[in-house]
Amino acid sequence: MEFQAALCQTKPALGNLDQNLSSHMEWLEKAAQEGADLALFPELSLTGYLLRDLTQEIALPLDADPVKDLVARSRDMSIVFGLVEESPDHRFFNSAVFAEGGEILHVHRKAFLPDYGIFEEGRYFASGNQIRPIQSRLGKFGLLICEDAWHLSAGWLQFLQGVDAFLIPAASPARGIDTDENEMSSEASWRTLRSGMAMFFQAWVLHCNRVGFEDGAMFWGGSGVVSPSGRLEAEAPGEEEHMLVQAISGEPVRRARLQLPLLRNARPDLIRRQLAQILEDPDALKGAEAGDDA
Amino acid sequence: MPESTLPAPPGCNEALAEKVLTAFLREETSKVGFSRAVLGLSGGVDSALVAELAAQAFGPENVLGLALPHRNSAPESLELGKEAAEHAGIQFEVVDVSAIADAHASAGNLDDQDRLRFGNILARIRMVALYDRSAKDGSLVLGTSNKSELLLGYGTIHGDMASALNPIGDLYKTQVWALSRHLGVPLGILDRPPTADLWEGQTDEEELGFTYQEVDALLHRMVDQRFSRKALLDAGFARDFIEKVEGIVRRNQYKRRPPLVAKLANRTINLDYRYARDWGN
Repeated sequence: MEFQAALCQTKPALGNLDQNLSSHMEWLEKAAQEGADLALFPELSLTGYLLRDLTQEIALPLDADPVKDLVARSRDMSIVFGLVEESPDHRFFNSAVFAEGGEILHVHRKAFLPDYGIFEEGRYFASGNQIRPIQSRLGKFGLLICEDAWHLSAGWLQFLQGVDAFLIPAASPARGIDTDENEMSSEASWRTLRSGMAMFFQAWVLHCNRVGFEDGAMFWGGSGVVSPSGRLEAEAPGEEEHMLVQAISGEPVRRARLQLPLLRNARPDLIRRQLAQILEDPDALKGAEAGDDA
Repeated sequence: MPESTLPAPPGCNEALAEKVLTAFLREETSKVGFSRAVLGLSGGVDSALVAELAAQAFGPENVLGLALPHRNSAPESLELGKEAAEHAGIQFEVVDVSAIADAHASAGNLDDQDRLRFGNILARIRMVALYDRSAKDGSLVLGTSNKSELLLGYGTIHGDMASALNPIGDLYKTQVWALSRHLGVPLGILDRPPTADLWEGQTDEEELGFTYQEVDALLHRMVDQRFSRKALLDAGFARDFIEKVEGIVRRNQYKRRPPLVAKLANRTINLDYRYARDWGN
């Protein structure tokens, strides 16, 4: 695995699809000039984040023209972009499309929808039900959207399936000013999370967070690339639009897994047995939100 | 409560707050096509801080501070307002509102005991002056209400609480002081006891019955950190103080929300017709 990644830290306009589509094309032009093999955009990069009732109005089926235009652009460069996807049965998903070779190779529908604090995704979106890796010409990728990454189980499923790199489009608002650190507390948590994911799953983490304000909330950017040892290799500046270009290779993944064989010793069989027992035991999940399937 | 056990008010990373708030002003203004701002300068620390942030965000030449004195206002208010403008480097003008405020008072048959009504009239006249000026100059009105005031309802609805953008509404008063010190707001402004200056000798802390140090420490734990009642008591807050502040915050919720609309249709504005204000931008 050897490729150049371009993390496009953009500032989508809220609910302005035309403007965002043309800005995607400009960013892709620039990424191509930088020699990028993969361009990664933030969560909901075609629509903006705080959509509320716009969710249904701005949604696109996967065969819509704007999607086709972007997918067509992926002949020489793999592209990950975000949109509201309307399924044929009229459910709405917070989705990220992985396009390659002029086709849609994979669509990840956000599985863990935040609906606490300022987040309202649970009100508008249906949750995805698949955590599957992408076998791309560049390598094997685990695509997780923002909150998905906070559920280590989602990352672990990708890890088990052998991904070399996590692609994490995000729209994370900054919050927590009562701090001595040089970052808001939500930024600090994200930096810890992405380093931890890289370390525990021994894979690259490419985290692309948007910038700009929506109704007073600031998306903090700080997009970063973390190597499989957990080391931050590159980071975009905080508050402005920026293209972060970074070389990614398979060698550090191999070295990390030779040094510490976490994948070999992962014991998914043990986890499945224990999980089944826990889910069948009526008392085991008392007080926890077991989910509909429990 | 002995000094040593007094729970501390919230901290604030001043450099971060400065960066976020100036970016907020710049972006939320430019994306709706504006590049200028106007604000009322009361001679207090809140408006002095907003003047500093606005000067950084828009360039001082694009910010106008209006002093809006009444003939009974403390002369110190006007002097400190001017000092705030000078320190921030922004434009400064004085518009005396005595005649128009007195005309309202007389039309409404106010007597000398109606201090609250007259205070509200003053606050609303100042709002009219600021919005009229913003229309003339093509600027946006900046709000100067801090989080302590907003939570306690210590402001006039449609008066000083009215604005297009408020950069300091998520900062408690004690954080406003810290950030103002960080930005070099003149000491005369920082050290002045907070006052609405609606009548002679009025101070916030006397009127409220507690200090901002005390109430910010409580509000921060109650609102931001969501301490349980027991945890608040364990932290050293008196039960009657907690109950009093809870009551004030709850009673003033109406001031922080748009007016209620009677629901008839399937989609009612702000209830289930829900769009961000930045819709399309």
